[in-house]
Amino acid sequence: MSGEGRPAPGGPLASRRRFLLTAGGGLAAAVGVTGVLRAQGEEPLAGQGATGTLRDPSVVGRPQDATHPLDNSEAIKRIEQRLHCTCGCNLDVFTCRTTDFSCTYSPELHREVVALYQDGKTAQQILDAFVAKYGEKVLMAPEPVGFNLWGYLLPGAVITLGAAILAVVIGRRERVRSVALAAAPGSEGGGGAPPVAATPEELERLRAALAEVDD
Amino acid sequence: MTLLGDFALWAAVLVGAWCAVISFSGRWRDRPDLAATVTRSTHALLVCMLAASLALWQGLISHDFNIEYVAAYTSRNLPPYFIVSAFWAGQKGSLLFWAVVLSLFGSLAQTLTPRRYSDLLPHVAGVTSAVVVFFVSVMLASANPFERLPFTPADGRGLNPQLQNVGMVIHPPMLYLGYISITVPFAFAVAALLSRRLDTGWIHAIRKWTLVSWLFLSIGITLGMWWAYVELGWGGYWAWDPVENASLLPWLTMTAFLHSVMIQEKRGMLKRWNLGLIIGTFLLSIFGTFITRSGVISSVHSFTQSNVGYFFLAFLVVAAIFGFTLLYTRWPLLEPEAQLDSVVSREAAFLFNNLLFVGIAFSVLWGTLFPILSELVKGHKITVGPPFFNRVNVPLGLLLLGLTGVGPLIAWRRASPENLKRQFLWPGVAGLLTLAGLLAAGMRDLYPLMAIALAGFVLGTVVQEFYRGMRARMRMHAESPPMALARLVARNRRRYGGYIVHLGLMIYFVAFAGMAFKQEQEATLKPGQSVVMRSPFGHTYKFTHLGISQYEALNRIVSAATVEVTKDGKPDGLITSEKRQHVDSFRRPTFEPSTEVGIRSGLQEDVYVVFAGAVNGTEEAVYRFNLNPLVWWVWYGGFVLVFGGLLTMWPGGGPVLRGPRGAQAGYRAALAGK
Repeated sequence: MSGEGRPAPGGPLASRRRFLLTAGGGLAAAVGVTGVLRAQGEEPLAGQGATGTLRDPSVVGRPQDATHPLDNSEAIKRIEQRLHCTCGCNLDVFTCRTTDFSCTYSPELHREVVALYQDGKTAQQILDAFVAKYGEKVLMAPEPVGFNLWGYLLPGAVITLGAAILAVVIGRRERVRSVALAAAPGSEGGGGAPPVAATPEELERLRAALAEVDD
Repeated sequence: MTLLGDFALWAAVLVGAWCAVISFSGRWRDRPDLAATVTRSTHALLVCMLAASLALWQGLISHDFNIEYVAAYTSRNLPPYFIVSAFWAGQKGSLLFWAVVLSLFGSLAQTLTPRRYSDLLPHVAGVTSAVVVFFVSVMLASANPFERLPFTPADGRGLNPQLQNVGMVIHPPMLYLGYISITVPFAFAVAALLSRRLDTGWIHAIRKWTLVSWLFLSIGITLGMWWAYVELGWGGYWAWDPVENASLLPWLTMTAFLHSVMIQEKRGMLKRWNLGLIIGTFLLSIFGTFITRSGVISSVHSFTQSNVGYFFLAFLVVAAIFGFTLLYTRWPLLEPEAQLDSVVSREAAFLFNNLLFVGIAFSVLWGTLFPILSELVKGHKITVGPPFFNRVNVPLGLLLLGLTGVGPLIAWRRASPENLKRQFLWPGVAGLLTLAGLLAAGMRDLYPLMAIALAGFVLGTVVQEFYRGMRARMRMHAESPPMALARLVARNRRRYGGYIVHLGLMIYFVAFAGMAFKQEQEATLKPGQSVVMRSPFGHTYKFTHLGISQYEALNRIVSAATVEVTKDGKPDGLITSEKRQHVDSFRRPTFEPSTEVGIRSGLQEDVYVVFAGAVNGTEEAVYRFNLNPLVWWVWYGGFVLVFGGLLTMWPGGGPVLRGPRGAQAGYRAALAGK
């Protein structure tokens, strides 16, 4: 009976099992191959895929974040160029974050600027917020008010005063000299030397000679 | 060898001190044998300093890491040329470099100075030796390069990556040579004051030295800008850093002196002013050394903070008191031999030019020291950075550029209205045409507009001067134009070399103006992705990230990110920027990873690529792309400036030493009457 109830080898049941085994194996193989392929797609070596993994990421410096659109904002750049990085370097926030890629301060300060900017603050309000938080030294140049005005105005004032004194002193000497020369007998205002009679051609030659040698 | 080094330093102190004491005591005046010994001791001092230098170099080359300096600045795998340059890379070695170069200059001053100035030489020897003794004393007291460690490390730390650049092999020595050579003119000035020989003799004796000093400073400053541009990676070359400012200060006052000394030579005027400038320039060179080494003002360029700053501050004060007191005591002997005739004269133009140079120097010094002053007055720190210096100094710089064009156009003594009209017509037209052209091209930025228009004016002046001189020769000597030009320059190198220096300055200003239009963009790119930028000259650049490769080199592990560049749709090659992790000979990391920028220089603009880093350890790279207009012209301007300076100081063809000035008065009278 049992023999009767069992499907004969090569019968319909055997065919179904073989079908299922084949189909299952094929599916498993397909899944496995896909998994392997996906894994290879995620981490190929540098230069062997769309975005390979570096052999030694530890030697490329601090990991970088992908660029945010506001990183290239001209308005943010102008604000950051007026802010001093607090890491101890002598650079502004923009220059430090785009130069010293090991600095952890300037990216943080940049995020603060971006956050304030996204809150709708104006450039001056952002600068004021930084001064309130970090003190006046956070500005790359002090505001031209109070004592700071000396810093801005003194060099120009010294030069202007010097130029004025020079002009007055030389002018006064020139006038005194002119008066003295005019008073001197036989003078024609030519420094006291007798005039030299010369033809226009001679004078032109003289001028050319002087132009050549006079330094 | 360190024993030899130490011994040489102590011997140098003894020899130098003896020379200085005998020199300043004046005992040599009645003892020709003593005078000869004083001058000869400068050579002995040089031998001592050379022995000390050779001892340090021997330690560096033989990797004697028991010497603290060798272990701090070199490693076994450091390339040989950087082992040589490690001599001046650190505080202690650079002090030794100062001392050895100064002793060389002191010795050369004794050897090369013409005999007619021999009565000044003992004092000159005294001053140079005293300064050498100061530097050696600082080394022995606080910064001995031969100091030994209690143990011997297997390898040294290596040189700071930013100093591993050919610019740093050449730039510091050039700047040091500039700073150090200023001591020789200062020594001659002191000698002239002490010996009361205050005619123009000492001026002639130092002419070459002042030019040498100015040339080295010019080369050093330009190379420093180049190093900052290619190494620091911020895409600029000048940041008004305190150490940069410190190098500019003596250059400004020395340039002022090179102009005003002409008035003393021609008219016997400005004697006090010129002595003041020389003393001031020397003090500024010491001030620069103080700023760099004291840590009193923070700077990216400064040495490690140490107590040597106190020594320099004390020396600065003593030298200032000594120099200006000496000048004050000789004041009555320095009466001018003539007076200025007119505000509209070359002399007056030089005076205003001097006022501007010294004014700008004051402005830079004031800005550099203002944070300290502000802290004293207000009790809290402030920062004085580029926005301050640009606001204060750019207008002054433009005024100076204008005067560069005006000065050569005005006649000596007194310029008549006809003379002014004749001289200013074509340069003025050149300046106005330049301005009109820029406005027509749509440029509206005030400062760049003024800078380039004034540059046009200066160029007009220089071309006119060359053309008129050449034409005069062609007419008088019937020479061909090239021959007339060559002979014109050869016969008056000082004048026409000076004009070439003016051309170099003009090129500098145009290049500086170009940076106002710099373009910057940051981008994160996966391999194959691109970014497009448009330059101020209208070119379209496309940068396509190709990938990152990693490999090992002699003393570093390199991660190189490469972009393919197209310019206006046409392939323009590859540019690679690197991250370098420096390692010692055991492959242990020595410093933080550094960045090497990729630069493609062109006459119009530089393409400047910075690899900032990788995202999540993948080939996805963060880049900064800069398009920097006219940067190449900064280096070219420096070359022209130095060429002009060399031409000016080339032997022969120097200034004609004329007799009494009275002879010229007759000429002027007749011409004025025409």
